[in-house]
Amino acid sequence: MKPLKPLPVLALLLTVLAAPAWADIGQIKTRKGQVTVERQGQRLPAEVGMTLEAADVLRTGPDSAVGITMRDNSLLSAGPNSILALQRFEFDPTTSQGRFDSQLQRGTLAVVSGRIAKQSPQAMTVRTPAAQLGVRGTEFVVAVDE
Amino acid sequence: MSSRAAAAALVLALALLAGCAAQPKSTVVLLPDASGRDTAVTVDHAGGQLVLDKPYAAAQLTRDGAQPASANAAQVMARFGDALAARPLPPASFTLYFVEGRDEFTAESKRDFDGVFAEIARRPVPDLVVIGHTDTVGTPAYNDTLSRQRAEVVRNLLVARGIAAERIVVVGRGERELVVVTADNVAEPRNRRVEIQVR
Repeated sequence: MKPLKPLPVLALLLTVLAAPAWADIGQIKTRKGQVTVERQGQRLPAEVGMTLEAADVLRTGPDSAVGITMRDNSLLSAGPNSILALQRFEFDPTTSQGRFDSQLQRGTLAVVSGRIAKQSPQAMTVRTPAAQLGVRGTEFVVAVDE
Repeated sequence: MSSRAAAAALVLALALLAGCAAQPKSTVVLLPDASGRDTAVTVDHAGGQLVLDKPYAAAQLTRDGAQPASANAAQVMARFGDALAARPLPPASFTLYFVEGRDEFTAESKRDFDGVFAEIARRPVPDLVVIGHTDTVGTPAYNDTLSRQRAEVVRNLLVARGIAAERIVVVGRGERELVVVTADNVAEPRNRRVEIQVR
């Protein structure tokens, strides 16, 4: 057996060390009706208090809604029949620098931007099928019709 | 209002109310900022870029491009009432000061600290961020460490009062966020503080 190459081992170790202390990027604070979180191919029922991870996709059913607070204090809430993908979230709480990209594929979304957008305008984006929104601040709403 | 702007407003009003269209359509409306901060959203689309920087400025988008428009509060409530009703409570912020040179709150901050627990009780799933800040005395690196240590003191006080440690995140912001802007190496008690955010 060949000895392990040091480089991949080192890379793995660095990846582990670089991982944030908390994998969670936000938390579900409000929920009404039928809401699910799609995570790594699984569809989980969403509950108040559930923590969210990067790449999670939230879906709301008819007469349903969900509200989340992100780690940078951004507030996102989606109305009925919505699909919201939390594509990318990186946040350094010491410097307030980071990146937050989400996508509303369908439905309605209300946003209050947080520390990421305040620190670096354009570091927060919300995509729709027809556009990309650059968030300088602070409150806005987005709808995507089917 | 020009006839073209009137037509655009009418199209938006109809779309906001009806919520349906021949092809996928997006609507963006900038809202007034609750605390009067500067607010704007840029909208990049197939035909270029729009900037929304006035309350209720709006854009109506399809894959082909964008139409500037405007909305009003009633239209926003009709279309976005459910999403707005689901919005979490905004984080509540408490700023605490220590007696000079001691790990003890000032009398006023002792009362404010009690208010933190009332705020926690208001929320179904509270989580807390404890953020330490320093003045500009010392190097930025030293102040990063110092601010974190001060925040840890407050975290321990919260845990001693029964808050689960895993619901608290501790941050040291160092001298990055001065309340009173000073030159470097200026002692300023109002900058030496710990902020608790209840979310």
